[in-house]
Amino acid sequence: MRLKNRHVLGWLEAAPLALVLLAFLIAPIVMIVIVSFWGATEFSIYPAFQFDNYEFLFGSPVTYRVFWATLKYAFITWALTLVIGFTAAYFLAFHVRSLGMQVALFLVCTIPFWTSNIIRMISWIPFLGRNGIANQTLISWGVIDEPLEWLLYSDFSVLLAFVHLYTLFMVVPIFNTMMRIDKALLEAARDNGASGFQTLVHVILPLTKPGIMIGTIFVVTLVMGDFITVRFMSGSQSANVGRLISNDIALLQYPSAAATAVVLLATVMIVIAILLRFVNIRKEL
Amino acid sequence: MERRPRSFYVLAAFFGLFVLFLYGPILTIGILSFQGPQGGLTFPMNGVSLHWFRDLFEQQAVGDIWGAFRRSLALGLMVMVTTVVVSVMAGLAFRKRFAGSALLFYAAITSLVIPSILISLGVGLIFNQLGLKIHWATSGFGSQLTWTLPFGLLIMFAVFNRFDKSYEEAARDQGATSWQTIRHVVLPIIAPSLIGVALFGFTLSYDEFARTLLTAGSYNTLPLEIFGMTTNVTTPVIYALGTLTTLFSFAIIAAFLLGLWIMGKRRARLGSDAGKA
Repeated sequence: MRLKNRHVLGWLEAAPLALVLLAFLIAPIVMIVIVSFWGATEFSIYPAFQFDNYEFLFGSPVTYRVFWATLKYAFITWALTLVIGFTAAYFLAFHVRSLGMQVALFLVCTIPFWTSNIIRMISWIPFLGRNGIANQTLISWGVIDEPLEWLLYSDFSVLLAFVHLYTLFMVVPIFNTMMRIDKALLEAARDNGASGFQTLVHVILPLTKPGIMIGTIFVVTLVMGDFITVRFMSGSQSANVGRLISNDIALLQYPSAAATAVVLLATVMIVIAILLRFVNIRKEL
Repeated sequence: MERRPRSFYVLAAFFGLFVLFLYGPILTIGILSFQGPQGGLTFPMNGVSLHWFRDLFEQQAVGDIWGAFRRSLALGLMVMVTTVVVSVMAGLAFRKRFAGSALLFYAAITSLVIPSILISLGVGLIFNQLGLKIHWATSGFGSQLTWTLPFGLLIMFAVFNRFDKSYEEAARDQGATSWQTIRHVVLPIIAPSLIGVALFGFTLSYDEFARTLLTAGSYNTLPLEIFGMTTNVTTPVIYALGTLTTLFSFAIIAAFLLGLWIMGKRRARLGSDAGKA
């Protein structure tokens, strides 16, 4: 009897969460899958069961190019955020000595996360623009004669914005796992004659893997699902899958947008499934 | 004190550059929002003035910013309260390891990693097909919860993983009902973490863009309004708005952190030293 109670009570307490997820996560996914088989005219969509949307999607070379570009963005951003995030977390966890200072500097890293992404993107304009700070500085130093055109509205600025927005998602989980490493292990490594670098590679890095994995999941999914950073920072010149979907939506081609969304979701889920094999999220919190 | 190795200074410099990278751009637009009336979107400063801030306060000069701000504020508070309540309940539920909890957990993780535009598109389609009107307080509200609740839940996991169960057992041994145990033992202990959940709930909602894009209806939230401005406003007024809303975010964050700090102080003062050696 008590056993049954536990399950009933558990579900009662979890019911609000379950209902929200059912209505605003599961149902929308189901709806997108259904609509991906529908047809569309210029003005409306109509129920059907046809594979036209998928045939068009997989038959178009644009699709492959855009998916490739999306994976490329994800990979480059991942590599950059990992290196920067790991270094910052390593400094915080092992070189800052007082807990108060650690908390303060950690907050300094986290606060931008709680401010607007759109504003943070806009704030690169005065820096990267044609007459922006970067170009003015480089010209006054005599490094270049003409303003660089590729600083803003290019793949460079897209990646810069991604790194700017998402490095935090690496710093936080990596710092979290690093703080739980037993300091005695580091002393043991040193006592056995390991150099600082050897300790880093053979002790800290393996023990930090779960944090790296969680950060990786965040960064990869955020970049793969993005459409606004690419649109804004590339000045609509580059494309990723998210933009493909949002362009279809703007043209009211919902079935086609839905088909692309299904393929994107499948891609993201495959990537996550692979990453989750390396980490047990619930245990690592 | 041990002497610091050379790597410390290299890493400290790296960290300093990282912080500059994080805050430099926002400081830049902070400065540029004080451009003179003739000034442009980049340096040099063409005089110093409050012109662009004044522009913001003039009715209809740049769209319905204040309406958007009010809506974002209301929505943020709604999402915040809901996130705290629902996350705590779910957190308590997951401790019971009820049948099917793994499934619900994976749904929450899916909610976190799913590309935001899918939520936007899916919710929009459902409302459309059911003949319901999308509105920031209904469809927008629900869509934002799919982003804030997983964060709340993950924080609750982190909290309950570190929670000492003997407090509850002690309460039960002294005859507390399960509701009394939660109300007088569990909730007071996890209260500081709830401030954290509330902070996430409010700020993630206040700045949310992608999931609200197709679900807010005809009345924009502030991020949507700002994004609309980026396509047709080419004056520093957008920097002034960015500066103001960032300052507002900083103020909110500071308020939450202050609340956390005060709570810690109160605990240190009022807490009993029972059980300490």
